[in-house]
Amino acid sequence: MSFEFVVPESWPETLTLLAQRGDEAFVLAGGTAFTLLLRQGLIRPAYVVSLRRVQDAARIKADAHGGLSIGATATHTDVVRSSAVRGAWPELADAVAKVATVRVRNQATLGGSVAHADPASDAPVMLAALDAQAVVLGAGGARRRIPVDELLVEPFTTTLAPTDLIHSLEVRARRPTTRAVYLKYTPRSADDYATVAVAALANVSDGVLHDLRIFLGAVGPRPMRASSVEKALGSGRVDARAIDDAAALARDDVDPIDDLRGSAVYKREMARVWTARALRELAGL
Amino acid sequence: MSPPTIRFSLNGHARELEVDPAHRLIDVLRDDCGLTGTKEGCSVGVCGACSVLVNGEVVSACLLPAPHVDGASVITIEGLAQGGALTPLQEAFITEGGFQCGICTPGQIITATALLTARPKPTDADISEWMMGSLCRCTGYHGITRAIKKAVEG
Repeated sequence: MSFEFVVPESWPETLTLLAQRGDEAFVLAGGTAFTLLLRQGLIRPAYVVSLRRVQDAARIKADAHGGLSIGATATHTDVVRSSAVRGAWPELADAVAKVATVRVRNQATLGGSVAHADPASDAPVMLAALDAQAVVLGAGGARRRIPVDELLVEPFTTTLAPTDLIHSLEVRARRPTTRAVYLKYTPRSADDYATVAVAALANVSDGVLHDLRIFLGAVGPRPMRASSVEKALGSGRVDARAIDDAAALARDDVDPIDDLRGSAVYKREMARVWTARALRELAGL
Repeated sequence: MSPPTIRFSLNGHARELEVDPAHRLIDVLRDDCGLTGTKEGCSVGVCGACSVLVNGEVVSACLLPAPHVDGASVITIEGLAQGGALTPLQEAFITEGGFQCGICTPGQIITATALLTARPKPTDADISEWMMGSLCRCTGYHGITRAIKKAVEG
């Protein structure tokens, strides 16, 4: 098979190319998903756009308040090693460090992970829990922000148009009381995708988990919000019993399939177990 | 349309090639450059047999689109020994029984080389984290770990 392979050097140049050929273009960053999809015959692009040379596309920076901006082509390793990330959101660096192996982390990008929308990926789940926003460039350079959890819809499907590009991912500054956690259950090998993953964030004070956000990964077509669990805990003080009762509702918030990483029944049960663990960690119990 | 041209450094030597954009770095190394030390074990980036260093970082050559090495520096297993002299790590793989059939060995040595560059005195956790993606069906891994530790001690 043969296709045209272009390597633009700026976002405006990239947008111009997509305006012309967006409908038949495949956009890649690190190229891990691209290579796998291509060799499995799942994509047959006529036109491939690589973002590897787009200036400043990999930049990671924290503002004075601790808000984080992660360029679309920053690799997982860039994020893990970034002092800006470690300072503002070390839990994000820890979550990203759990992805696959050092080789994959050196090549695969966070922006690509969001755009690829594999329900088993780690980064999108944690970003959803942190209420991250994707900065998206559209036709003509128009810029808009889309919450990551709204961007991810179905397996390997986002709400992006073929002429859209993820420019960066933004995470707002935390509060002094903010705690976050990412737990990844890999019963087979450490480099596997999760059987279930739980990303949770809350502003914790006086034993109350304020503004609780829980997303579960690898147990549905997208990061699944554990709304039932969040509602059950409400605004009351949490203790071990309240956590166990609430976590049991995680079974209703997920929609897993049977696969090599577990049966749907097993994953539902593990969603309960690991949600409880994540909540205990947030609550300091 | 003409195939892309890549200009890169391969084991210290400047190379310039036209590549099929559907090819991966492992195809370039084995088929275009005749360097068959890098092995294709799984083709999906899981086994580590195809590990190479690109700009000093270890990656799976089976997952890297060929055009992505334009402008990069690539080191393969063939590029570690200098002037016929094996590196201390390579010597340690011999003395500590770090290989049997040898098929995973280039990937193990490349990855361990990257590990020791990043962490000259790695903890057991460092070794585990870096090496866990390099699978071996023969040795049971203890010989590989001994070799890495021997290279650290000197």
